[in-house]
Amino acid sequence: MSEAPKPKSEESQSRWVVALAGNPNSGKTTLFNSLTGLRQKVANYPGVTVEKKEGAWKVEGKDISLIDLPGLSSLDAASPDEKIARDVLTGSVSGTSLPDCVVAVVDATNLERHLYLVTQVAEFGIPVVIALTMTDLADREGIVLDASALSDSLKMPVIPIRAISGEGLGELGAAVAKACEEKRSPQVLWGSDDTSGIHDTFSVAADVRSQIFARYKFISDVFQRGVRGVKIPERATTAKLDAVLTHRFFGPIILIAILLLVFQSIFSWANLPMDLLEKGFGALADLVRARLPEGIFADLIADGIIAGVGGVMVFLPQILLLFLFISLLEDTGYMARAAFMLDRLMTRFGLHGKAFLPLISSFACAIPGILSTRTIESSRDRLITIMVAPLMSCSARLPVYTLMIATFFSGDKVFGFVSVGALMMLAMYGLGILVAIIASLVLKKTALRSANVPFVMELPPYRLPNIRGVFQQMLNRASQFVQNAGTVILAISIVLWALTYFPRHDETHFDAAQHTVAIKGTAPDAALEAHRLEDSYAGRIGRAVEPVLEPLGFDWKIGVGLIASFAAREVFVSTMSIIYNVGGDSDAESPTLVEAVKAAKKPDGSPAWTPLTAVTLMVFFVLAMQCMSTIAVVYRETASLGWTVFLVVYMTGLAYGAAFATFQIGRYMGY
Amino acid sequence: MNLSEIPIGSCATVTKVSGDGPVSKRLMEMGVIPGVEVCVIKTAPLGDPIEISLRGYHLAVRKNEAEAIEVTR
Repeated sequence: MSEAPKPKSEESQSRWVVALAGNPNSGKTTLFNSLTGLRQKVANYPGVTVEKKEGAWKVEGKDISLIDLPGLSSLDAASPDEKIARDVLTGSVSGTSLPDCVVAVVDATNLERHLYLVTQVAEFGIPVVIALTMTDLADREGIVLDASALSDSLKMPVIPIRAISGEGLGELGAAVAKACEEKRSPQVLWGSDDTSGIHDTFSVAADVRSQIFARYKFISDVFQRGVRGVKIPERATTAKLDAVLTHRFFGPIILIAILLLVFQSIFSWANLPMDLLEKGFGALADLVRARLPEGIFADLIADGIIAGVGGVMVFLPQILLLFLFISLLEDTGYMARAAFMLDRLMTRFGLHGKAFLPLISSFACAIPGILSTRTIESSRDRLITIMVAPLMSCSARLPVYTLMIATFFSGDKVFGFVSVGALMMLAMYGLGILVAIIASLVLKKTALRSANVPFVMELPPYRLPNIRGVFQQMLNRASQFVQNAGTVILAISIVLWALTYFPRHDETHFDAAQHTVAIKGTAPDAALEAHRLEDSYAGRIGRAVEPVLEPLGFDWKIGVGLIASFAAREVFVSTMSIIYNVGGDSDAESPTLVEAVKAAKKPDGSPAWTPLTAVTLMVFFVLAMQCMSTIAVVYRETASLGWTVFLVVYMTGLAYGAAFATFQIGRYMGY
Repeated sequence: MNLSEIPIGSCATVTKVSGDGPVSKRLMEMGVIPGVEVCVIKTAPLGDPIEISLRGYHLAVRKNEAEAIEVTR
């Protein structure tokens, strides 16, 4: 027994750690995927939202642990990505050991720019092996590269590779094994002899300048010696595509069409698999209920756990579809063009050009929308986008709007043909957008004010996407969502189930028959269900908060609905059905529910609902942060309890204020 | 004269990147340093940012960022 750990520790000592560094669009991800295949682990670096991708790479019978650093154009520590990359290269990230060597991925068609990162990486003193990608494209563009001349002047191995066909990967492995074995620090041949100071002299402007100039001067020399028959790449195809895709007139039209396609897919195409998932989990719950003896245990499994897991899984179709589009748009190079075209518009609202897609997606659901903010490099811009994305009216709010409109405004018309319901719906969407713009401008001017964050962004040449990589990224995102946010969502949904379920002490004594007499025409089951909800902790909380809700015109039954809708906003509708004794299966337009809402009375005999209450409730739903899944995702994505609490407080505060104003002003005006 | 004054389709040589904030540092790290030839390709449909090319690749910069790039033709 005592000998067992020994070989293991020897093995882990001999297991090399190799970091993979490269610019975005350098072919780094493709290389990572072909080296590691499916042996990948995706997590977050501790305390930040930067993704940590790790994979196993077998070289000459040895296992290498390959760490895929985030895509970088420099190692400046200006963004969280760059800071993490620096920390990995200095061995100061907990849980990540100092790499034995670094594979720097360099695009042969963009040699000077990409060699800049190589010079920076080399300054960390870790052996560097260069993987030269896109050599076939360079050939086509008339760039003749001499890898051995490059290697001679850089004093580093330079291995031309083709990740997709696997060409050169064996040589790369051999070079990496040699570099890791020899552990010879790269020679820093540019400028300063004193490289020890560079890590902390970045604040001194003159030093920064001379450092950058020295690196680029060295690179120009290398370039001149290693590249023959120099011909500036023409980017002929890219230029032709850009003539249309970023055209003054056609560019925006195509952009709108693409955004509509993305929106359409997550708003409506995702519905089919989502319905199937919901039905599947519903059927599973029924099956469990049929098999297990009636009681708390069966209810917990069916209504708590299975419903909770279903509530997590139901987001997957939207997440997968959205990330399919995002990967495609990023891989082809179109995402940078979209940001290029939208930046002017979005800066006016205090947002980054890349915030557009996350915000559009949030009209379907804030969950995939917030997950997709990862495409925004600047952390401040990303945080602002996350803070306003939940204000977009998501599809879960629609059933609530629909119920209110169907009940109170269905027949009304303005000017004889414009339906009041449609106008009302439009107003709710507009309100969300307006508040989001104001909120982002306020955040930009206050808490998230920053010195000029540079926009400076590369417009890469258009390329065909790598389908395998696209699918891998989709699956990674989905599994991360299930692991990270999914567990939180499941836990909260079980708590919410318990709140509406307990206490259960006197249910056998409840006289359903007596209740049924009181409410003619309702089934005893529905009455029992209503009674249980009233008596539950959720019902008690609803009653307890009634004084707070009264100035909004809401009675305690609406309060119960607001609490239950924390599980998902559309649950408000089914909760109202239960509480008004019409059974939990009614949808937002079912006539019995509409009638029940109209007929509902407060204890003093006045109607519980008026058109004004309906409008107030809609305003509340537009603004309130009452979706636990969103809160869980925001917490995971910001890695900050403070910002998560801020989001809940500011949105719900606004919702209360706006609903209060709506109801009080409406009442004053006589509605 | 600075880069934002260069007409679309023309090229100029960088003489200086002024300022020492994050924008100028970022520009220099992307290779915008004295002696480099920069061409202005087009402006975005809403008039800002602009697309420029240098060292065989393309870059989008906002107009106020381009103002920090001093050039001579």
